[in-house]
Amino acid sequence: MDLVVNGVEHALDLDPRTTLLDALREHLHLTGAKKGCDHGQCGACTVLLDGRRVNSCLILAISQQGVPVTTVEGLGTEREPHPVQQGFLDHDGFQCGYCTPGQICSAVGMLDEVARGWPSAVTRDGDDGPLDDAEIRERMSGNLCRCGAYANIVPAIAQAAGR
Amino acid sequence: MTAVTERAVGAPLGRIEGPAKVTGAARYAAEYPVENLAHAWVIQSPVARGTLDGVVVDPTTEDKDLLAVLWHGNAPRLEESDDPELAVLQSARISYRGQALALVVARTPEAARRAAQVIRLEITEEPHDALLTADHPGLYTPEQVNPAFPAVTESGDVAGAFAAAPVTVDVTYRTPALHNNPMEPHATIAVWSGDDLVLYDSNQHPPGVAAAVGAVLGLPAERVHVITEHVGGGFGSKGTARPNAVLAALGARVVGRPVKLVLPRQALFSMVGYRTPTIQRIRLAAERDGTLTAIDHEAVEQTSRLYEFAEQTTVATRHMYAAPHRRTGHRLVRLDVPTPRWMRAPGEAPGMLGLECAMDELAERLGLDPIELRVRNEPRVEPESGVPFSSRHYLDCLREGAERFGWADRDPQPRRRREGAWWVGTGVAGATYPTMAQPSTARVRALPDGRYEVAVAATDIGTGARTILTQIAADELGVGVGRVHVRIGDSTLPMASVAGGSSGSASWGWAVTGACRALRESGSEEAVYDSTEEVQRQEKEGKHAYGAHFAEVRVDADTGEVRVSRLFGMYAVGRVLNPRTARSQFISGMTMGLGMALHEEGVLDPATGDWVNHDLAEYHVPAHADVESIEADWLDERDRAVNPMGSKGIGEIGIVGSPAAIVNAVWHATGVRVRDLPVRLDKLLPHLG
Amino acid sequence: MRTFGYAPADDVASAVSLLATAPGGTYLAGGTNLVDLMKLGVATPDVLVDINRLPLHEVTRLPGGGLRIGAGVRNSELAAHPEVRRSYPVLSQALLAGASGQLRNMATTGGNLLQRTRCRYFMDATKPCNKRAPGSGCPARTGDHRNLAVLGASEHCVATHPSDMAVALAALGATVRVAGPDGERDIPVTELHRLPGDTPQVDTVLRHGELITSVDLPELEVARVSAYRKARDRASYAFAVGSVAAAVHAEDGVVHDVRLAFGAVAHRPWRAYAAEQALLGRPATRDSFLAAADAELAAAEPLRDNAFKVTLIRNLVAATLARLTGAGR
Repeated sequence: MDLVVNGVEHALDLDPRTTLLDALREHLHLTGAKKGCDHGQCGACTVLLDGRRVNSCLILAISQQGVPVTTVEGLGTEREPHPVQQGFLDHDGFQCGYCTPGQICSAVGMLDEVARGWPSAVTRDGDDGPLDDAEIRERMSGNLCRCGAYANIVPAIAQAAGR
Repeated sequence: MTAVTERAVGAPLGRIEGPAKVTGAARYAAEYPVENLAHAWVIQSPVARGTLDGVVVDPTTEDKDLLAVLWHGNAPRLEESDDPELAVLQSARISYRGQALALVVARTPEAARRAAQVIRLEITEEPHDALLTADHPGLYTPEQVNPAFPAVTESGDVAGAFAAAPVTVDVTYRTPALHNNPMEPHATIAVWSGDDLVLYDSNQHPPGVAAAVGAVLGLPAERVHVITEHVGGGFGSKGTARPNAVLAALGARVVGRPVKLVLPRQALFSMVGYRTPTIQRIRLAAERDGTLTAIDHEAVEQTSRLYEFAEQTTVATRHMYAAPHRRTGHRLVRLDVPTPRWMRAPGEAPGMLGLECAMDELAERLGLDPIELRVRNEPRVEPESGVPFSSRHYLDCLREGAERFGWADRDPQPRRRREGAWWVGTGVAGATYPTMAQPSTARVRALPDGRYEVAVAATDIGTGARTILTQIAADELGVGVGRVHVRIGDSTLPMASVAGGSSGSASWGWAVTGACRALRESGSEEAVYDSTEEVQRQEKEGKHAYGAHFAEVRVDADTGEVRVSRLFGMYAVGRVLNPRTARSQFISGMTMGLGMALHEEGVLDPATGDWVNHDLAEYHVPAHADVESIEADWLDERDRAVNPMGSKGIGEIGIVGSPAAIVNAVWHATGVRVRDLPVRLDKLLPHLG
Repeated sequence: MRTFGYAPADDVASAVSLLATAPGGTYLAGGTNLVDLMKLGVATPDVLVDINRLPLHEVTRLPGGGLRIGAGVRNSELAAHPEVRRSYPVLSQALLAGASGQLRNMATTGGNLLQRTRCRYFMDATKPCNKRAPGSGCPARTGDHRNLAVLGASEHCVATHPSDMAVALAALGATVRVAGPDGERDIPVTELHRLPGDTPQVDTVLRHGELITSVDLPELEVARVSAYRKARDRASYAFAVGSVAAAVHAEDGVVHDVRLAFGAVAHRPWRAYAAEQALLGRPATRDSFLAAADAELAAAEPLRDNAFKVTLIRNLVAATLARLTGAGR
């Protein structure tokens, strides 16, 4: 099985039942993507699959051979963080940190969706203004944070969005 | 050496581990690369009461990767434990649905999970009783409530005061079972090396876990090495060793290789503790001017057959308001349910919901502003103990908070403000949390490169402990924070207390302060300080943090859906050590308070004894879209009596009173008093007309 | 999760023939529901025919008007499609009201239709459930059913269909195109899902091996003024406790055309024909809207804890139609 993660190709011998999340965590030791619920109900496992944010816990690795996967480890480094990572640092957008990589990957994918002009449930027709707080909150609702850092995550993302 | 002019404590220093957390480099318990690792899965009881008579592995479905199936029929024997829930796989007795009955160990996680699904349990089921009711025949008064308060207190003539009072309130508030649900599930990797055991474990107290796991395995604590570098939240559910740590150790012992056990989310609802449901009757008696003459607050709660955990639900009522005649009590019933344990502000969170909603109802009855009602009942000393408060700025929080929130223009009448499809209202409630410290030991070493290593077996569960201890040490050593390296999260470091009771900074900071001072005074290269004696000498009564919560809600007139437009907390919590992480702690508690008010409920199915909504799709915690505006600020409070830093605990006070503020605001918006949480649309809809 | 054979298919014919020879198999599309249920041991397929590579990812105009939505089109793409947003706003809104950004990027049109109930007994393999284990009983009737059916349920099953998208499609009168071992057929979306009756284990009229290839939307003038309104237990990322898809055309204060469907109330997305009939030619007022809702909801048979849904749907109908027609409260 060939997985392409953060630009690196890996040949793996996996049980077909292995999810993308378990392939990353258990086999490639890329533990940035987290297992919070294992059922697509919390968003902690969010990665970018071909640039789109997805729940890696509900994806079978075997079905994604050759598809580029980006995890939080592929976004930035401690020395050179991605603007979204920097936003989270600047606004204390996390506490325990366990949902954080998923939040960050989700935000990166979400900003791309906004750039494509994709609407959300709170988008009003003809609304082309800047990404407001209500939009960020709705679009990020697939990422639960039990520490309740939401009020800090919103400005973190707004900063990364250049607002 | 350059002079240090700025003090670190009080500065908004960013989290030390922040860069590691945002890049995915921070390692949590299940993430350590270990050679030859096997994977475990727990088989939980599908019945609430009965006996496990056998475990059958069907050879036709047996997986080639299956290594072992442990149950009471074959598991190694354990020593007695203070915590019967750590005596895993030792007995046929089934005490609750979800109890760990067997452990599957396999080469892969996929094989372990599948084996757990097909292995057949032979169970003799017995009738069970899992439903808490206010008149349950099994109700009794426990000897004490958590951690060591008397279950009942009474002073004056409560009955007489109620008979004589011109105005009374007699209401019953109910809170459901609530589940901690930290984002990181409880997890352990157990690695044996001879008779030494290494546990990579997610918990709030590494030395406690080492001691507890050591005790059941018959090992001295020093042979159990618990590594807990980063913890994905706990909220009380990781305060002590949970069954996962013992199960992983047993599994690893039997299969002769390291074992990883990550509890599935669903298991967190039953295996690691939860907040008991409560049925609280609150009676208030007052003069017409609002002066309370009597307070009576009694809570009915549940515990398990295995273990008595009695939450201190009405203890906050003992010191909140003045009244000459007063009574508080707790009644408990043992049911065929998992053992309730600590969840963020155990006692205060549900208890202050009842008290602060009842106060709002009294204010309505009296035609008095709810803040003014509280002003008129401010005690000068602790009403029950008579001990003076070390500091109490509750009324200042109410007044300053009211100013900031914009309380003054409020129409006291409910159901007056309509904005489009929404009914809009505001509410207020008080907050309090005890200020505690526990004995801890810290060590500081001067390193050859000019830095200092500070070591204490504390944990940072997201509170900012690592950062705050760095700041405290820097100031005590008179150096910049860059020269301090704090080591925590390891049971082999000097003994620290639990990350619980909002006491971490106080307890560990006290020890760190002592060690740094000793180093400076002695001029040596290493100093160790044990705070036990000083902490034990301290007066325990009269020490509390206070706050006031203000909520603005809107209720959809068509659907009954509730949204919290604004939530504001004003606190008096002693000295704030790091305003950045402190603010995050406050809004964190308030966000969980929002969930408690509107969303969270373990839905018990009495027929199965199970919380049927045991996952994050059905047990709703607040999502991003639920949190519109949450803000917190604090007064400049000095309190030298509490600890050397002058700080009070802040991790829990945000969930105390914030649910009541929201519930009171819902009443103000709609005129409907919802007295059983959570305030969901189905409870409002029939009354919105 | 049971182990399975994995068979990726490149075209519809090979997908259908692969599954035709695998009686215990199923199709794998976005996986958001299937993989979830496999982990829970609720779904136990022994073969997965992966249909993600099938050329079913386009939204195209139908020659006679209307849109053909490939079954593999992701929910997020469909919601963002300019023609959908313009001509069928109710569908875009329904999609955006469902799940999360991540799940919408994975979930497909066909898979969304075929997702299974969220009934808490169905989802837990250790409990009885007639839908999962026929004959084992329905504990929901006397147990937890706050979010279960008030319309069209049976003594054997009170499950609801959880999809938001399907409610909009029901209102729009979409057609599901299916390919199977015996050829192709069209099924009105309102007839795709069954009522539970005494065989609640059968969710839909699809036969084994049949594959949804597209969903066709008719050209529908009334759909231009349409909306989806969903009530739920938190502000986002939660299944509906009640929802309404509505499209209406009113002129001079009179209803000339109307489409209504309800969600989270029945074993299938509930097209409210009786309500539509009651509204045609009536004044576009709140009173008519409520009367229309009552006409539909007269058949409701609520259980102990879900009678609120009747009030909720009634209010949602009135509020949504009032907004669409500009009628006052």
